[in-house]
Amino acid sequence: MKKIDCKNLDFAALNSLIREEKEVELVNCTGQRFIGAGTENKRIKITGVPGNGLASFMSGGEITVFGNVQDQACDTMNDGKVVVHGMAGDAAGYAMRGGEIYIEGKAGYRTGIHMKEYGNKKPVIVIGETSGSFLGEYQAGGLIVVLNSQNSPKPVGFFCGTGMHGGKIVIRTETKPQNVSPKINVRVAGDDDLAEIEKYVGEFCKYFSKNKTEFMNSRFYVLTPDSKNPYKELYVQN
Amino acid sequence: MSYVYADYEVKRDLSRCTLCGACVKQCFNGVHSLIDTENGKKLVSDESKCVNCHRCVSFCPSRAIKIVRSDLCFRKNDNWSDSVIKEIYKQAESGGVLLSSMGCPEKYPVYFDKILINASQVTNPSIDPLREPMETKVTLGKRNRDIRRGKNGHIICDSSPRLDLELPIMFSAMSYGSISYNAHKSLALAATKLGICYNTGEGGLNKDFFKYGKNTIVQVASGRFGVYKDYLEAGAAIEIKMGQGAKPGIGGHLPGAKITEDVSMTRMIPVGTDAISPAPHHDIYSIEDLKQLVYALKEATEYKKPIIVKVAAVHNIAAIASGIARSGADIIAIDGFRGGTGAAPTRIRDNVGIPVELALAAVDSRLREEGLRENVSLVVGGSIRSSADVVKAIALGADAVYIATSALIALGCHLCRNCQSGKCNWGIATQVPELVERLDPEKGSERLVNLLTAWDHEIKEFMGGMGINSIEALKGNRLMLRGVGLNEKELSILGIKHAGE
Repeated sequence: MKKIDCKNLDFAALNSLIREEKEVELVNCTGQRFIGAGTENKRIKITGVPGNGLASFMSGGEITVFGNVQDQACDTMNDGKVVVHGMAGDAAGYAMRGGEIYIEGKAGYRTGIHMKEYGNKKPVIVIGETSGSFLGEYQAGGLIVVLNSQNSPKPVGFFCGTGMHGGKIVIRTETKPQNVSPKINVRVAGDDDLAEIEKYVGEFCKYFSKNKTEFMNSRFYVLTPDSKNPYKELYVQN
Repeated sequence: MSYVYADYEVKRDLSRCTLCGACVKQCFNGVHSLIDTENGKKLVSDESKCVNCHRCVSFCPSRAIKIVRSDLCFRKNDNWSDSVIKEIYKQAESGGVLLSSMGCPEKYPVYFDKILINASQVTNPSIDPLREPMETKVTLGKRNRDIRRGKNGHIICDSSPRLDLELPIMFSAMSYGSISYNAHKSLALAATKLGICYNTGEGGLNKDFFKYGKNTIVQVASGRFGVYKDYLEAGAAIEIKMGQGAKPGIGGHLPGAKITEDVSMTRMIPVGTDAISPAPHHDIYSIEDLKQLVYALKEATEYKKPIIVKVAAVHNIAAIASGIARSGADIIAIDGFRGGTGAAPTRIRDNVGIPVELALAAVDSRLREEGLRENVSLVVGGSIRSSADVVKAIALGADAVYIATSALIALGCHLCRNCQSGKCNWGIATQVPELVERLDPEKGSERLVNLLTAWDHEIKEFMGGMGINSIEALKGNRLMLRGVGLNEKELSILGIKHAGE
């Protein structure tokens, strides 16, 4: 695997070097933006902190980050996998349509905003610890799992699932999540829900050496929207 | 019981009507029905369903139908107009937000109609475009001001990507979903024949239309519908939609009922689920953030596509455009408050935003003052109704214009302004298969080509009259314009003199 030292490279220079490679390891990454943007089948390993827009429009391949990622990681990601050994900034997985993101630590505001699914494409975000406010805002499809590995009493911030009209948010917590929009149905996860998340929890535990059984034996709450047409009654023809 | 009475009446000339039933077949709103009575068959109408789209009028073989505005009236009142009263009834009955379509129809000044164009007399010759070469071709994008040379003295050709257009006119964004497959195909075919571009809107690009990519602008909006690598690469340019003239500051909701199988495939969302575009891009809260999306798209397409940023004309448009010109965008598109829409809240459409003429003049002046004008091209729309509007817009500083309503009218739209119902009898703003079939893309594209070919001739006549043989020389040439009936402030914003000065 070719190694690139990111030191003193701006994003355009770095990304043009990455474009030439199929497999590449980036070291000393210091906030260079758009790494992996629009890539299809690359394997990229990053040590340091990739900047905003990591894996934007990515359509396949795998990015592993040893460090935190900044904002808007995986914007409109179509396919592939991003594994973050650290935390993620705001709006990770914006409008993501396919592929998987695994975040070992916390995720910022508006994670999974406007995620959507279609045909056999179903995006998945697994957050190891907790998320900021507006998790899954306008979510129209896909699966968001919050594993709450540190057993926080507040695994998600305010306004979780606001405007959600598709997909599912699954949160590992003993108590019913608060501050959820009234248009969201909240229930304890059943066998079907657990079966659905098991594969992804397994992957998460594989990447970050965690105990899958311990997670799976906990209580999870499931958030789903009460309508896929939330604005049907809003308008009158004029 | 509803207090809202029908706006129109169907007048049927029984001496001409042959009871053929064409009107019954043509009206998807169900206004006409042929019923059996003791005295034989009879045609009856339910006016309450009539939207005044003229489909029945056009298709009545004996020309027996006329639609007239109902003269039923409220007591005369210059403050409480009939429409205001009816709108209150509608809201009192439903509790709903009023939803309309197409551009603002209200009585605000149309500045294009208060501007006149110059012509040469005596002191310089006019040119006859029928005999002499005349160029209306334009290139959009950033212009590099500096010429850089390599070690051996050769010029380094690393100019930014451009958009070449045979005419300074493009079809502006209308999504597949808001308009039909056949309407999109008509636009794509016409754009290809004319050497210009049409715009996907934020509804994705149907697989069948990838082949028109050279003449396609693909749009990326807050919902990111249908946006993926192949889509971004398919187009000649990528447009980031920040706003729309008909509804500045708000997002869009395409109702689930319009998300048919094919629309769902193209938008890459589930069938029957509302397609919601958030009001803001939640990754863009500043010019710096905009720059980030601009460069994310440039990186994803390897700097091969010009990036357009489309904004609605709002109060601080000059400052906003100045920011956009520094964001790395290649083209700024400004959409005036009269711009059309498939659906927008009536109150927003009719009360938010500013006229595009003022916005354009203000932006062009500001960018020149700040030395940024060459960083970007300017495209304006909302609403450009004729070749005269095109000439005036270019002389005010635009590089090219966007048209949409005019294009739809060419396709048969009668501006009945009921797109939001999804029951367009002309096959344009609908997804109902039997209605979509009514629009033949071959014929439709021919009508569009005819329209713009005619406009091109007219633009050349205008230019020839002014003694100008290249559209480039008309750009920002405000001395070619004079205002009529405008006050000092309006003239100063438009940067033009009054007629007679």
